[in-house]
Amino acid sequence: MLRDLRRIWPQTLAIALVLGCGIMVLVGAQATQATLIETRAAYYDQHRFADVFAGATRAPADIVAAAHLIPGVAKAEGRISFHAVLDVAGMAEPASARVLSIPEGGATLNLPLVRLGRLPEPDRADEVALSEPFAQAHGLVPGREFRAVLNGQLRALTVTGWVLSPEFIYTIAPGAMMPDDRRFGVIWMNEATAAAAMDMSGAVNDLALRLTRDADERAVIAALDRLLEPFGGTGAHGRDRQMSHVFLDGELQQLGAMAAFMPPIFLIVAAFLVQMVLGRLITLERRQIGLLNALGYGRRDIAAHYLKLAALIGAMGILLGWAFGWWIAVAMIGLYQDFFRFPFLIRDWGSWALVVSAGMGVATVVLGALRPVWATLRLRPAEALLPPAPPHFGKSIADRLLMRLRVRQTTMMILRSILRWPGRAAITVLGVSASVAVLVMSYFLFDSVERLTQSVFSQANRQQVTLTLARPMGESAVQDALTLPGVSRAEGAYVVPVRAVHGHRIRLTAVQAHFPGAELARLVDDAGQVVVPGTEGVILPVTLARALDLRAGDLLRLELLAAPRSILHLPVAGLIAQGMGQDVHISAAALFAATGSAPQVNMIHLAVQADRMDALSAAIKQTPGVAGLSDWAEVRRQFDATLSENMLTMVGLYTLIGLLIAVGVIYNAARILVSERSYELASLRVLGFSRFEVGYVLVGEMMLLTLVAIPLGWLAGYGLAQGVVGAMSTEIVQIPFFISRRTFALAGLAVFFAALGAVLVVRRRLDRVDLAMALKARD
Amino acid sequence: MTIALSPLPIYRTEQVTRVYRSGAVDVWALRGVDLTLAEGEMVVLLGASGSGKSTLVNILGGLDLPSSGRVFFRDQDLTQASDKDLTAFRRAHVGFVFQFYNLVPSLTARENVALVTEIARDPMPPEEALERVGLGHRLDHFPAELSGGEQQRVAIARAIAKRPDVLLCDEPTGALDSKTGVQVLEAIHEVNRDLGTTTVLITHNADIQRIAHRVIVLADGRVIRDRANTERLLPAQVSW
Repeated sequence: MLRDLRRIWPQTLAIALVLGCGIMVLVGAQATQATLIETRAAYYDQHRFADVFAGATRAPADIVAAAHLIPGVAKAEGRISFHAVLDVAGMAEPASARVLSIPEGGATLNLPLVRLGRLPEPDRADEVALSEPFAQAHGLVPGREFRAVLNGQLRALTVTGWVLSPEFIYTIAPGAMMPDDRRFGVIWMNEATAAAAMDMSGAVNDLALRLTRDADERAVIAALDRLLEPFGGTGAHGRDRQMSHVFLDGELQQLGAMAAFMPPIFLIVAAFLVQMVLGRLITLERRQIGLLNALGYGRRDIAAHYLKLAALIGAMGILLGWAFGWWIAVAMIGLYQDFFRFPFLIRDWGSWALVVSAGMGVATVVLGALRPVWATLRLRPAEALLPPAPPHFGKSIADRLLMRLRVRQTTMMILRSILRWPGRAAITVLGVSASVAVLVMSYFLFDSVERLTQSVFSQANRQQVTLTLARPMGESAVQDALTLPGVSRAEGAYVVPVRAVHGHRIRLTAVQAHFPGAELARLVDDAGQVVVPGTEGVILPVTLARALDLRAGDLLRLELLAAPRSILHLPVAGLIAQGMGQDVHISAAALFAATGSAPQVNMIHLAVQADRMDALSAAIKQTPGVAGLSDWAEVRRQFDATLSENMLTMVGLYTLIGLLIAVGVIYNAARILVSERSYELASLRVLGFSRFEVGYVLVGEMMLLTLVAIPLGWLAGYGLAQGVVGAMSTEIVQIPFFISRRTFALAGLAVFFAALGAVLVVRRRLDRVDLAMALKARD
Repeated sequence: MTIALSPLPIYRTEQVTRVYRSGAVDVWALRGVDLTLAEGEMVVLLGASGSGKSTLVNILGGLDLPSSGRVFFRDQDLTQASDKDLTAFRRAHVGFVFQFYNLVPSLTARENVALVTEIARDPMPPEEALERVGLGHRLDHFPAELSGGEQQRVAIARAIAKRPDVLLCDEPTGALDSKTGVQVLEAIHEVNRDLGTTTVLITHNADIQRIAHRVIVLADGRVIRDRANTERLLPAQVSW
């Protein structure tokens, strides 16, 4: 058996690698997923991550006790939460932070974990703890100072410690697309300090609840909403709307999608490869089989020999897959730790994935081996001792058509070979197209993200800066913004949290009011078309409409959860296909007419001269009414940098394993072709054909099959990409489905050249054939 | 029944040796062969297995190079030729016929011949070549549909279709019965007679020698006898 293995070791290795790739992806994704899930569960549990969250404008502190009485609530805690602009040394532009109060007597939910230093002393008004990533980004070690605008007042604050929290495993600024540890952080301060800063003595504006095991979350949320309604409740929600949790969940879903879509492709290809290679080996060993059979070895013994050989190949693939899967999991968890900050990791190698992958690996090779092994079982010794019958080339309709073709005879040899062994050609085509499909599936993510960024950065958001106001202001604030340094254009916008209700379906989201003549921040659909909300009704993203079961013309109930608090019933004027965002869009005129209030703005988009950005930043740090500033160029730079780093790694890996399929398939098919026809190809050399011309018969057949496979791979890749989009998309983020020509071309070319490389390696074997000896051989 | 042979040599070999390494042992296939073949000559190479016949023909055909000595085809020194030169030489000048026919199984009789005519400089149409060997009616048959004798005749048609200067036949009747073998020999004989193609025919069947102009006997890598046939027989007059 080892001799057999040595004889076909390159083919064996190729199969083991293809099989190993499938197992690697399965084990790698599962181990990563299991590790993240286990770690998250332990972290949530140990640090008492809340189940329900709610905000209000201002509620009396005793509302916490009332919330505790809601059936199903195990623990309730109230806090003061607000946003602040920070002035950090060494940073021209302002940073922003979410400020959270630490309840007197210490937090009982969402426990902050002190990583360095300590939490602020209860009697020290100037002390704060910072989220670790933000503090790390600025080197704000305990004892260092920075300044913050708290409720319009510039205050100096002293850092006491670094903190991680289960609420901020993924820390992202409101409205941002990516975490940015330099520009956004979380600040924990004493309740008294926060209350004094925000004028919230004896009041809270943020509630967190932990539920009992048997609690009905929906009922609790409804009760909490009723409780907070008089106090400007902005809508309670479960973990499914908690930013950090949602992003982590989305990532876990993507890992699941990867584990579901990739491995089967590799396993199927590996099974076919086993069939191909073992089939050829058995043909070569016919006489030996016949001899052994004649000597008294049972057919079962012989079949068992080949099955064991297949199992050995499988075992190699499984071990390779496990080893690389483990390596990938370590690498991926490392990547994830840049975004998801866990204080510890509980490694889980996804033991069931190991078992399942081993089972799938063995099943793959055994299934692949069954056909050739079955053929040995049917072989009679006398028959086996004879050389196999020469291939018969019939006169099917296809053959007759071929005869009419005026092609060179070497080309005819290629075409006849494909017609004669259609099954083998089909396996080759299938394998190569799988390779193309895997590449399309991995490259298209670039297209989708590019389309998303194009839409978000170039079409929808053309402003350089967006200011978030601390509280809504009249339209005159937009005029005031024009006086800020470097500002050439200013546009107001109004965004308000809303509970959208249709029948029994409820979604928490926001309403965006669009002012007329907006040129900076616009509403753009997936096709790049600008959509301007009309004076009647609202425009809904397709995903939200689907979640609420709404169609154009239906009436939507909107409960505004901030001033002007009112309940509106508005018709759905239209739907918009959008990659990101769940906001309800409406014209400012329609919104304020419906609420009967004066127009207000709480965001201002600015066009800024590039060389005046620093001056603007400096001015904003001193402007009381501004709670935050987003620099869009910086957002984009961050976004591109993060994406290119991560996607290049992933795409590089997928390219490698995707091409491995093509190489494995073509290498094996070419080896078999050479093994079967070296004698025939040597005859051509004798007849005066050059090495190039003889090589053409081999290379031509393989590349013709590759060319047939590429468009099929494009089709399959298209289908797979659609599946991936479906599997990865959540209600909140819709990955736009778009595949560029560049992606198809790249995938096709990469596979073409990989296949060419593989077949050229095999072609070199033709040079080594001894012409004189080949002519003497009968088979 | 004889044609006037040109006195010009087409082949000249000088002290040709060929040594194969087989494990730790050197095997001497040829031990210094001096030979001259005239244009248009039909030569039979006789000898037991391992006497060096095939090695000599392989070297004459440009499939192998001698270990020492020189081989001239007209005034081209084959021993100095590169692999590329030898390919060009085989393509332009040599037609081969082998014991096991070496036809391409996926090509019909006509296509097997066309395979060669497509790369030849002044070929005859494949149909004419097949007509010459009496297979004008089996043009579109695949090798698997032809008898052994028919397959060998396709191989001869393929070898002669490019109008080669030399036809090298290595045991062309070795796998055939006597009656079929005669048909094949007739085809070879006619090519030599009508086209004037210098023909070297390997056999270990002594009866066949009588159709040749000249008989060269090899033993143990050396020429032990080289004589002209004063009287030639037609293939039909030979049997074994």
